[in-house]
Amino acid sequence: MHAEQISVFLENKAGRLAEVTRILSDAGVNIRALALADTSDFGILRLIVNDNETAEKALKEFGFTVRKTRVVAVEVADRSGGLHEILAFLNGRGINVEYMYAFVRQSKENAVMIFRFDDTDGAVAALSEKGLPVIPGEVLYTM
Amino acid sequence: MILNMEFETLPREALEAIQLRRLQSVAERVFATVPFYRKKFADSGVKPSDIQSLSDLRRLPFTTKQDLRDNYPFGMFAVPMDNVVRIHASSGTTGKPTVVGYTARDIATWSELMARSLSAGGATRDDIIHNAYGYGLFTGGLGVHYGAERLGASVIPISGGNTRRQIMIMKDFGPTILTCTPSYALHLAEAAAEMNVDFESLKFKSGIFGAEPWSERMREEIEKKLYLTALDIYGLSEVIGPGVAIECLEGKKGLHIFEDHFIAEIINPDTGEVLPPGERGELVFTTITKEAFPIIRYRTRDITSLNYEPCKCGRTMVRMNRVSGRTDDMLIIRGVNVFPSQIESVLMEMGEVSPHYQLVVDREGTLDTLTVMVEVDEKSFSDEVKTLQNLEARITKNIRETLAVAVKVKLVEPKTIARSEGKAQRVIDKRKI
Repeated sequence: MHAEQISVFLENKAGRLAEVTRILSDAGVNIRALALADTSDFGILRLIVNDNETAEKALKEFGFTVRKTRVVAVEVADRSGGLHEILAFLNGRGINVEYMYAFVRQSKENAVMIFRFDDTDGAVAALSEKGLPVIPGEVLYTM
Repeated sequence: MILNMEFETLPREALEAIQLRRLQSVAERVFATVPFYRKKFADSGVKPSDIQSLSDLRRLPFTTKQDLRDNYPFGMFAVPMDNVVRIHASSGTTGKPTVVGYTARDIATWSELMARSLSAGGATRDDIIHNAYGYGLFTGGLGVHYGAERLGASVIPISGGNTRRQIMIMKDFGPTILTCTPSYALHLAEAAAEMNVDFESLKFKSGIFGAEPWSERMREEIEKKLYLTALDIYGLSEVIGPGVAIECLEGKKGLHIFEDHFIAEIINPDTGEVLPPGERGELVFTTITKEAFPIIRYRTRDITSLNYEPCKCGRTMVRMNRVSGRTDDMLIIRGVNVFPSQIESVLMEMGEVSPHYQLVVDREGTLDTLTVMVEVDEKSFSDEVKTLQNLEARITKNIRETLAVAVKVKLVEPKTIARSEGKAQRVIDKRKI
């Protein structure tokens, strides 16, 4: 039920992000969501794309360090407290969020959040058990 | 002032007669007592008795830093350990230092040479010497210390570090001679400015700076900021420590080598051929009076030339010009010897990072900085910032523990470190010395 994210190592210098978007554009890959974590020296770009294989191959070809990471896409009710309910629930189960970011599109009336958990399988099991909708990767990539 | 008028102003012929007698004696001694030299001499087909003139020195084989490593720790000592009263060591390429030993007489010789050096820099019995060279295995601190006591001056054994306290002591004790690395001298100037202490109000008249390469430009800066006359001193532990050569106050151009104890040669580093006087090449030293750790034709890897012209100070001893470079890739960072290969072995031993790295040396303000750029490959990459920051911290810690030098680690993208003809350019030195 998890989804795959592509993580790319970037040096913190001008034009690196544009280089990634150029490569993906030339390869015909569509970026569905992204988040950038950065320090003063380097950044980590996290991407959800419509075609992981093509994106990974194209980026590696241009010398980027790329890694696939398992993340979980969760539907979040689009109202006050929607996100809090999920986070409070996971916290109660002892599952930690390493980082999270928002997906561009909505799933029906709900927002979609991408989570990176310390325990991906445990998180998916807990969410499913509670009946919180998790979006499978293959749906997410083309949603 | 010339401390030892008899020896420091010997006519050339008399000096060379003494050198030959001492060279013959040391050649016999190492041949008889150090298996390494006995074998090396035999391999070169030379016997101590073959040395009939000073030019026969070139028949003897060279000694290299690798030879010292191969005989770690005490294999090159020429006396039994019960005659050794002091051991010093300098940093080496693979974590193993280069070890040297001294007999009581060696310490006396060294003290005499350092007393001569301090005297050449203007120090007398009436002076107070602020000695900010590090005390310990490094020869700088104790070398200056013993020379100062031999001279009869008052020495403040302040050692390195705790700069603000040093400024306070300078204000309160009124030292007149400063001894430290040239970069630390500039650091002291900055610290004093921050504390609103003006060097002009202190009592320094001269400073004797060494243990790392510096330039005329740096000399001007030090003299301007510290209100003293800045002189260059040269030495290396393999030969004796500081006090191998010193600039004189009068000439201030080139460093007099104490030739009654050391014979200097300049060779072509590629062929080993001895070059004519005045030509630039690798400096090679033979010690002719040391007992515990005599060394024959030691290749210093320092590039310089020798100047046999008479000096206005009256010393007859040859002058070496400022060291202008190295034949190997050794870096001197804040007085610590650093070989790129040491950094490489730290990275390799960690096993989790790529061996592609580059060292960027720079000078921020007055202190040397070393940045280690490491390429992030798939093995070491993580999608989490904290994991990569941990990696940086671990590399920094491992390098500091192995090399005793603080570095900044910077993770870079793969293939961003320039590779020329398959061989990476390992060092970028941005320092404008």
